[in-house]
Amino acid sequence: MSDPLWPDVALHVVSGKGGTGKTTVAAAMALSLARDGRRVLLIEVEGRQGIAQLFDTPPLPYEERKVAVASGGGEVWALAIDAQEALLDYLETFYNLKRAGSALRKMGAVDFATTIAPGLRDVLLTGKAIEIVRRKSKGDARAYDAVVMDAPPTGRVAKFLNVNSEVSGLAKVGPIRNHADLVMGVIASPLTVVHLVTLLEEMPVQETIDGVAELRANDLPVGGIIVNMTRPPVLTDEQMVLALADALPGGEIEASLQACGLGGHVDAIVPALLHEAADHAHRVALERREMERIAELGLPTFTLPQLSGGVDLGGLYELAELLHEGGLG
Amino acid sequence: MSAHTIGRAPRLQIDTLLNDPTIHIIVCTGAGGVGKTTTAAALGLRAAELGRNVCVLTIDPAKRLAQAMGLSELDNTPRQVPGVCSPDGSGSLFAMMLDMKRTFDEVVESHADPERAEQILNNPFYQALSSSFAGTQEYMAMEKLGQLRTRAEQEGTWDLIIVDTPPSRSALDFLDAPARLGSFLDGRFIRILTAPARGAGNALGRLAAVGFGIFTNVLTKILGTQVLADLGTFVAAIDTTFGGFRERADATYALLKDPGTSFVVVAAPERDALREAAYFVERLRTDDMPLTGLVLNRMQQVDDPDLTAEQAASGAQLLHERLSAGDAGGNDALTAALLELHAQRVLMADRQMHLADRFTAAHPGVAVASVPALAGDVHDLPGLREIGDLLAGPSTD
Repeated sequence: MSDPLWPDVALHVVSGKGGTGKTTVAAAMALSLARDGRRVLLIEVEGRQGIAQLFDTPPLPYEERKVAVASGGGEVWALAIDAQEALLDYLETFYNLKRAGSALRKMGAVDFATTIAPGLRDVLLTGKAIEIVRRKSKGDARAYDAVVMDAPPTGRVAKFLNVNSEVSGLAKVGPIRNHADLVMGVIASPLTVVHLVTLLEEMPVQETIDGVAELRANDLPVGGIIVNMTRPPVLTDEQMVLALADALPGGEIEASLQACGLGGHVDAIVPALLHEAADHAHRVALERREMERIAELGLPTFTLPQLSGGVDLGGLYELAELLHEGGLG
Repeated sequence: MSAHTIGRAPRLQIDTLLNDPTIHIIVCTGAGGVGKTTTAAALGLRAAELGRNVCVLTIDPAKRLAQAMGLSELDNTPRQVPGVCSPDGSGSLFAMMLDMKRTFDEVVESHADPERAEQILNNPFYQALSSSFAGTQEYMAMEKLGQLRTRAEQEGTWDLIIVDTPPSRSALDFLDAPARLGSFLDGRFIRILTAPARGAGNALGRLAAVGFGIFTNVLTKILGTQVLADLGTFVAAIDTTFGGFRERADATYALLKDPGTSFVVVAAPERDALREAAYFVERLRTDDMPLTGLVLNRMQQVDDPDLTAEQAASGAQLLHERLSAGDAGGNDALTAALLELHAQRVLMADRQMHLADRFTAAHPGVAVASVPALAGDVHDLPGLREIGDLLAGPSTD
């Protein structure tokens, strides 16, 4: 087991191309970070209720709820941040304007701020997350040992996190600017890391490489790469070379099939197995090429397997264990 | 490779759709990462080779897919893909990538005199709205679709436009963006913001008298005076220039509802992607949008479905026992590995089929076309052609 890679990080942002399983990875990460009695908050910001579905709980309200107990007695809490609620929350917290909030809602101003102008929406969403990251409980301890955010996809995440540049065109001074500066002070600091989830396929890997470059260009702290849904090779390298050359020994395979009671219709089985082997070898070769491109990034890399039965609660704990062993914490 | 039948779902007849001269727009929609852009491109190529004059509007294609269609730059103009036509020489394929900001700028330039246009284009609020705000992309994709359709009707350039939708967080954004932007720009909030610019004596005076003082106080506190001033200027400029954003949004919405439009929902056989697809199918029904069917990409194929996962696994088990007993003949280690591989693939295919069946059971009557998982990504025309063949399925002649 490795030492934790990010012992002092308070906010783990998880992004990835659509379909790579970033919500699943974020949840597993929360479970891993909550081991041994720690308290972790898992946040979603896209209104998808993906966390509730993963943990098999009713839809999450705009309120922190305990959703799971981690190995060793830790706790995972969850929160679905809704931009409209976050705006009203913000008005109330900073300006004591709860009633004005409902008037604004009626005027369509809340809808404006949260949907028509999602630049403000992003400041509200990240702002709420940062408020929680900074929140203290008793004494000077943080309310949560870590916060994990299931963030927007890779193509949008740098822009989402770089709230400063998002509002800079809008507000050079004033309250929005101050709020954005406060948020940025945490996001672009050693308190935060951004992890990217990928599959070993060309497009997600390319998007990951582009995403890392974009994060770095924006001075946002890049954490690790999580290679998700991998399937280990079933054949040896030598066998795969033969499979690709269509040179696997069909006669010997037929003899073995006879020996294990599958000799009934070898005429259909042998070609099918040979074709599947070639297909498999082709895919493994492709995956290895993509893995090399990931390795060139020089970032801590975690490899998670494809869960044969799909992702369920048990599967999440399995993935959390693997992340822990890889040094997540 | 055999085309799967998914549950009791009718087969989505791709060629019937592409050959239908009354269909002028096909909208490909679905969750991110399901192969939406590739599907749109493959449909475009196939339609062109069936003799249609096609324009494919893509939002954010992967670099190599864009290259496959001859798109080297994002210049917001449809470019002809060379060498694509039907066997009798008719048909053509054009492709373009959406430049969201450029499209917005063009809308401004075509509706305002040069001086006012410049004023709008230089406004910081406009610049933020047109280049960085998500939601604008949805609106501009629909705006561009409307423009292309108008041009197609006037100039007879294209008889089919295929559009790939933005990777929205939720399907809702895409359908709602035009209406939301329209209702915002026509709405009460805007009237109030522009009230100072219009002078106090207009018809909104009463509303302003009731709440304006408090309202502007609140806004100033939250937004700051500078933002409020920029926003006011921007809104006033836009308001007097466009005079009816809502009308444009309504026209776009009507275009989507037109019987000449066809929605194709794209998904992969995964829980999340199918959940999103189900949500979209329901939403299209609610809004009376013309849904043609579901394309299910990346279905795991099994070469010999008669050999079950259990048979393969127990065969492999027997071979392992033989190996450890040392009485191997043939090539037991290799054969055991091949049987295990087969068992894995069957299980994966079963799981995907189960997910697909659940979708079709919940949405009976939605036609489905499934496409087998290919070993690599598509980055040339022959690859897109192969996808088109798979989408169309085996010939029914």
